[in-house]
Amino acid sequence: MDIKILGPGCPKCHETERLVREVVAELSVDASVDKITDLMKIAGYGVFGTPAVVVDGEVKSVGKIPKKEEIKTWIEG
Amino acid sequence: MKERTKLLWIILIFLASYYIPWSHPVVRQSGFEAFMMLQEYAREHVLTCLIPAFFIAGAISVFVSQASVLKYFGSQAKKILSYSVASVSGTVLAVCSCTVLPLFAGIYSRGAGIGPATAFLYSGPAINVLAITLTAKILGWQLGLARAIGAVVFAVVTGLLMVLIFRKDDAARTQGQIYLPDEEGKGRTLLQDALYILTMVLILIFAAFARPAEGSTGLWPAIFAAKWYITIALLILLGFMLKSWFTRDECKTWVESTWGFMKQIFPLLLGGVLVAGFMLGRPGHPALIPEHFVQTLLGGNSLWANLFASVAGALMYFATLTEVPILQGLLGAGMGKGPALALLLAGPALSLPNMLVIGSVMGIKKTAVFCSIIIILSTIAGMLYGVIAG
Repeated sequence: MDIKILGPGCPKCHETERLVREVVAELSVDASVDKITDLMKIAGYGVFGTPAVVVDGEVKSVGKIPKKEEIKTWIEG
Repeated sequence: MKERTKLLWIILIFLASYYIPWSHPVVRQSGFEAFMMLQEYAREHVLTCLIPAFFIAGAISVFVSQASVLKYFGSQAKKILSYSVASVSGTVLAVCSCTVLPLFAGIYSRGAGIGPATAFLYSGPAINVLAITLTAKILGWQLGLARAIGAVVFAVVTGLLMVLIFRKDDAARTQGQIYLPDEEGKGRTLLQDALYILTMVLILIFAAFARPAEGSTGLWPAIFAAKWYITIALLILLGFMLKSWFTRDECKTWVESTWGFMKQIFPLLLGGVLVAGFMLGRPGHPALIPEHFVQTLLGGNSLWANLFASVAGALMYFATLTEVPILQGLLGAGMGKGPALALLLAGPALSLPNMLVIGSVMGIKKTAVFCSIIIILSTIAGMLYGVIAG
């Protein structure tokens, strides 16, 4: 599984990355978590707002810190 | 922070401690001014102006739906709407660079194109609630108003000029799916949200109501005498609104986001006030930089002074809100009112690091044109304001 956190490096983006990594560790799934800070790459996903989370190429959340339960459903579903 | 940067900072602080002649009268006077200015802020501005403004900014970022604003930046959106929304949406969207730059890149490459994107990029940092309130409170409402109007007008003009100059390559943008922030269902009407934010703005206005001039009669002294009663009545009203319209969770996110802004901005402002006090001193009190130096460069309302203020503002990096104490120091040291507005209009939207990021998104040529337009417009606006305000 391939998870990407899009964000230029603000506190909210760090918080999102921390939560995602926590959930990945808790569920002990085999997933790579990457942080993308390049603005043009972020724009390339078409997201109008950060932090955003992309799971296997699919945009899951935009412009907010997701809740842990939400992250769980994306990874398990 | 990288390890190398940390080392660099330590070396810089060491060299400063080692070489600065701390016992020299001018340096001692400057140090004294730094803390006197800090005290002025703590006594006059924090409780009545900054704290309410933080709560308003927090409320806006939580309760105003971003999706409803952002849909006007899609590639299908009507152009006129895009421009109007771009020029004022800084008030609701942009209190943090977290939002401005990614959003700019998104609007530019996927959405409404270069015009609205640059309009937004310009107006975003210049027009947010915190910046306008603090400018009006500390530098006077005339300058606050001029800044707000200038920012909105400039945003539209800059956007239109960019489209005019770069009409051709606008077509080369990529098409594709656009993802807006999720719209969350809520149990309030728009009117309720508006009343709620209006109540807070009124609290801010009355709590910060300035003492009217000695001997004036009529409405203003009456309002001033009653300002704390009005403020308390409004606070009670706000309490009722919160209790009956908002859930516990919503109040919690509101306080959290307000706290987020405070954590982010207070340390920067503290540093900004200390540096401004140290370099320039309070109005009427000289500090490190001699006043005649400021007067020669930025005094009066000449073309040169306005241009210098615009270019300096464009290159310098102002952390959120720190432009206000710096400008207060400069004005006190003899800067003209026109150049002050020029600096306010060119300052927060542009900085050297910011230009590099913008350059990576739209290329050097467009970035150069964008910066030149803003510098020229700021200079003109400064001169006009200098003539009107004297």
